[in-house]
Amino acid sequence: MKHIAIIGNGISGITAARHIRKWSDHKITVISAESEYFFSRTALMYVYMGHQKFEHTQPYENWFWEKNRIELKKGYVSKVVPKENKLVFSDHSTLNYDELIIASGSKPNKFGWPGQDLERVQGLYSKQDLELLETNAPNNKLCKRAIIVGGGLIGIELAEMLRTRDIPVTFLVREDSFWNNVLPDDESETINKHIRKHHVDLRLSTELKEIKADENGRARAVITSEDEEIPCDFVGLTAGVSPNIDFLKNSGIELGKGVKVNRYLETNIPGIYAIGDCAEQTEPTGLRRPVEAVWYTGRMMGETVAQTLCGNKMAYQPGHWFNSAKFFDIEYQTYGWVWPKPKDDELHFYWEHSTEEKCIRIAYHKNSRAILGINSLGIRICHEVIDRWLSEEKSIDFVIENFHQANFDPEFYKQHHKAIKNSYKQPLQTV
Amino acid sequence: MNTSIQHNMSLSGEPPVALSTWQKIGVLVGMFGLGILLLAIFNVNFPNKTLWLTVSLISITLGISLFSYGLYTSQPAGIKNDGVWLKPMTSKGLIAWITGIAITGFYIVLYFYPQYLGLNTDKNTGLVALFDPLSRFLNGNPASQWFVYGTLYTVAILAFGIKFLWKYRNNRYEVLRTFSVMFFQLSFAFIIPELMARMNSDSFSLPYYDLKNIWPLNYYNFDQYRVDDFISSGNIGIALLIFGVASILIITPILTYKYGKRWYCSWVCGCGGLAETAGDPFRHLSDKRLSAWKLERWMVHIVLVFSVLMTTAVVHSYLSYDADKYWLNKDTFLIGVAVLIGLLFAVIWIFKRHELEKDARYGAIGFTAIILGLISIHYFSGNNIFIFGPETLRSTYAFLIGSIFAGVVGTGFYPIFGSRVWCRFGCPMAAILGLQQRLFSKFRITTNGGQCISCGNCSTYCEMGIDVRAYAQRGENIVRASCVGCGICSAVCPRGVLKLENGPQKGRINTKEVLLGNDVDLLSLSSSSDTEK
Repeated sequence: MKHIAIIGNGISGITAARHIRKWSDHKITVISAESEYFFSRTALMYVYMGHQKFEHTQPYENWFWEKNRIELKKGYVSKVVPKENKLVFSDHSTLNYDELIIASGSKPNKFGWPGQDLERVQGLYSKQDLELLETNAPNNKLCKRAIIVGGGLIGIELAEMLRTRDIPVTFLVREDSFWNNVLPDDESETINKHIRKHHVDLRLSTELKEIKADENGRARAVITSEDEEIPCDFVGLTAGVSPNIDFLKNSGIELGKGVKVNRYLETNIPGIYAIGDCAEQTEPTGLRRPVEAVWYTGRMMGETVAQTLCGNKMAYQPGHWFNSAKFFDIEYQTYGWVWPKPKDDELHFYWEHSTEEKCIRIAYHKNSRAILGINSLGIRICHEVIDRWLSEEKSIDFVIENFHQANFDPEFYKQHHKAIKNSYKQPLQTV
Repeated sequence: MNTSIQHNMSLSGEPPVALSTWQKIGVLVGMFGLGILLLAIFNVNFPNKTLWLTVSLISITLGISLFSYGLYTSQPAGIKNDGVWLKPMTSKGLIAWITGIAITGFYIVLYFYPQYLGLNTDKNTGLVALFDPLSRFLNGNPASQWFVYGTLYTVAILAFGIKFLWKYRNNRYEVLRTFSVMFFQLSFAFIIPELMARMNSDSFSLPYYDLKNIWPLNYYNFDQYRVDDFISSGNIGIALLIFGVASILIITPILTYKYGKRWYCSWVCGCGGLAETAGDPFRHLSDKRLSAWKLERWMVHIVLVFSVLMTTAVVHSYLSYDADKYWLNKDTFLIGVAVLIGLLFAVIWIFKRHELEKDARYGAIGFTAIILGLISIHYFSGNNIFIFGPETLRSTYAFLIGSIFAGVVGTGFYPIFGSRVWCRFGCPMAAILGLQQRLFSKFRITTNGGQCISCGNCSTYCEMGIDVRAYAQRGENIVRASCVGCGICSAVCPRGVLKLENGPQKGRINTKEVLLGNDVDLLSLSSSSDTEK
């Protein structure tokens, strides 16, 4: 029986712990400075919006951990000493391990903006960030305008959150259309319109230049790249996240952007592994990025590393890429690879509903006609079916013909496969 | 500061509470309508009762409609749960307790002190008198407290149904389902039985019969006075009696096999109808703990056993001993019931034993043994006792289950325990449908591969207290006896993970070692010790 210590109780660390328990009797200690129990980070927004209480974001009841002999330790690891198999905490206490999994997640990016460390300026990632937001922007009397900097998934979520309390929001997006480094123009434009429909002051092609302070050291206004000054009581910095690995400096563990790991999620030091947001793959799978800060990949790495630690050495081998999000009221799903602009040997088929905010985009190979990926807004797609079609390299023609099989919308919803089929038959629709 | 503070007690952190103009008008109109009813309770004798009752009921409906119109249609269609846990009304704050106590009080007066509502043997006064004209118009007789209750119940389902329709206008499943409960309440539960009562004369008397109210929810359906009425009313009566028996033994099993218990619980049933409309703002208050699930399974099945015994005893008490007079006498009835229950148990045990948890097996054996034991004691001893006399059993059941559980607790405590307390812990009909749904049905909620992010919206908004997320995050189908198929888990899911479906039995209950998206070679996984539950 080994003692396995896990730094971080997010989805990666907890999945690893659960699976290790499932397959073995090893002693497991999960360490977190953030929260006593595992909670779903993606659900923090719903707490501020009043859809849920914090306790609802905890997927397991509190007795679960003791029953499954997963020890939870609250503490901040300030240093890892691989030579002595030892963790040092901020209160100087220590913990010895036989094997170590680093799953310390991310932290919000700050790009050296003047004023980025003022009061009432914050990111949105941790439980503490949520608590801070409740203090910084409790209502529209204390927060008369909020500025959000960074047009990604967290930015739009923060906008949605603040709007539920009727707080006026100005949303600064560097790109000329929302998230168009990921979304193709049509989808991106649909989201632009939808953001504005929710009364958000969306500023495209606009960057943050500076945050101005009042006499108490609190944010009072921002200066944009257009040199416009916008008064505000709150600034949300949501320009992406990066691995939270500062505590590993000088530990001897090889670091790049994140903790460097091979296909087996092993670091350069035997017995130490890294998974989730903080891991940087030295040999990324397929077209995937070296650092993947996504819920699903964190979970998959947890499942994988648990196998290795239980004596069944296994490489991290994610299947077809998939992801999803919700932009205010519009659900987004993606499977496989759909690039914002088709690559040279690719074509896109795009269909959009004439009145509703719904669309489908299928990327396929120009010559073989095999599909490469699917995007959808407002239509739920069946993961299992698309995953199979991608593996079987089904042709675009087959996929259009059988599209009804991939629908995952609730019963009685209007079906669009006929409209999609008709649109596909008109060659001009293909871009 | 932490996020578990009582938001409704603090000065900050509240959602905007300002009402729109439509909402203000709605409050005014609705309170005006309610005010008329209140005055009537305090014995104000309205001159033109037809006019004032009409004004009152229309005002209430209109008020609720205008309020919800202002609340929901100013925003784009979508999920409307903003501030649910921040507003005192929907997070067990002061106003929720006041509302709960008020409804509970109303139920106590309704069930046990109807005279305070103005029910008199000679001439009605007060609130009941206000409803006399409508009652006369529909069934020809003065109103009873049950007529008042039935009318208000119908108004509640219709008015809050309109609210629900606006709230979920983006979701066709919810829209159709709500039209369905509104239709069944208005026609089957309210208008048709009243019109049937109109046909009654000295020689022809059908009992009040809401055709969709099936035994054992309608626990009094086979009481002596009703059966006598059915039999004495000729072919129509006999047809209704046969329909009553067929409802539970033939129609219900077929529909539940095809669609799950939702065809009844969230599309047809009146209790479900009220829970889904007036009760909707409180659906998230249900208890999600594993311990609550355990309690639920024991309680709801104990009520079922109680109702079966009670009905058996009551029917037995008025059947004849004489086999010549009727083919159905005391003996054949008892043997029939015993055979039916024995058969049911045998089928479950033979085909589905491996799907039952340990406590479910104990329960199945125990409950069957109790019922068969009591029936055989009774049969062989020949005395007219089921330990307690049938009338004692019946009146105890009517009091404890029919009035206290279903009414006072079930509805009165909506703002505290959530909207489905009765359906979950007490309804014997739900227990029967649930057994079948769990064991012999095509219905399930499927999960979408690896897309779940464990956010918990599905579990939070499950009115039956099912921890939907526990299944979704493991990629497993949700096959639960208590699921009423309201579809809200699927609606509130931000990642499109859940789908209510009827499909083949094969693969209906699935377990997954690793979710879709991770290309782990499943055959290479070492054997699971499965200590994790």
